[in-house]
Amino acid sequence: MDNDDTSIKAQLDLARQLVAHLEAGEGDQATAVIRQLRIPYERELFDELGKLTRDLHEALNSFRGDSRLVELTRDEIPDAKERLNYVVSMTEQATHRTLNAIDEAMPMAETLHARSIELTGRWSRFRNRELSVDEFRDLARDIDEHFALAGTETDRLRSLISEIMMAQDFQDLTGQIIRRVIRLVHEVEENLVGLIRLSSARMEPVRQLPMAAEGEKEAAETKGHGPIVPNTQDAADDVVSGQDDVDALLSSLGF
Amino acid sequence: MKILIVDDFSTMRRIIKNLLRELGFNNTTEADDGSTALPMLKGGNFDFLVTDWNMPNMEGIELLRQVRADPALKSLPVLMVTAEAKRDQIVEAAQAGVNGYIVKPFTAETLKEKIDKIFERLEAG
Repeated sequence: MDNDDTSIKAQLDLARQLVAHLEAGEGDQATAVIRQLRIPYERELFDELGKLTRDLHEALNSFRGDSRLVELTRDEIPDAKERLNYVVSMTEQATHRTLNAIDEAMPMAETLHARSIELTGRWSRFRNRELSVDEFRDLARDIDEHFALAGTETDRLRSLISEIMMAQDFQDLTGQIIRRVIRLVHEVEENLVGLIRLSSARMEPVRQLPMAAEGEKEAAETKGHGPIVPNTQDAADDVVSGQDDVDALLSSLGF
Repeated sequence: MKILIVDDFSTMRRIIKNLLRELGFNNTTEADDGSTALPMLKGGNFDFLVTDWNMPNMEGIELLRQVRADPALKSLPVLMVTAEAKRDQIVEAAQAGVNGYIVKPFTAETLKEKIDKIFERLEAG
């Protein structure tokens, strides 16, 4: 209170001096008084600025110290792009595999169908006693041929349908990869929210969001990983290259 | 032969179900993760378990451990069909008592071969 009173009194004195100087037309002295009047406000501004600078510095330091964020930007984001590219090429392959099987199966089914229709027509003419002996001989030969072909063709169709079914395994494999990227996006989001909180730290206390993400990451390590994606950190792990590798490893363990 | 298929992707469950049907196993039931599979196994008189590894809630490796720890289920044959391809994980599954391990993507022939092998061993041992 005393402080305020004395400062108000000092300001009042200065204001009177300012009026006196102005009335006397002493411009230089008036300017000097104005400068003196400004001092306490400038100090407050500098104090405020100093505090802001210190907060910003601390915020930046705490972010620099968070290695998870570094890991995210350096390794995991580029990996995520690679994972999504891999998903695109896997879905492309699966679609081609399906369409190739269809390309082969469709004409096969069509000829099988057309031949059946044609033979049925001739067969009913035979039942109606409309065929000559020569025509019947031809029909018998064609039916023989049809039976032989139908056996192999339907077997081939069955295996093509099975191929189409197996091609659908991409949904599981790409799904696992996409879920992994979704987890990453979620983690990046949390870190960004943390960054925004830090930059507005003067309005509310900083909550350690990056720490929560860290806990999540630890849990993720004990979890299943999903398919290995080439050209990512996955390649650094000691992984098998296929079923033969798995069998060799298991047999070395006495399986 | 009653078989339980455990995978969180319904598409993969359908593929395995179809493959098993082609191999002559018509009595299959599905579960979408370990925590739904375990109670089904406990009350279901299953003869065979086919499970994925990477699933929400309870993963396949944990399901395998729980099965081996349960006196009523401990000798249930378990085939793992999974995309998990780290050597450590395969060793882990072997140590936990898995009967077969198939890495995705797999073929119908591989599935047949591994199932045949499991039953051959069970009959021999």
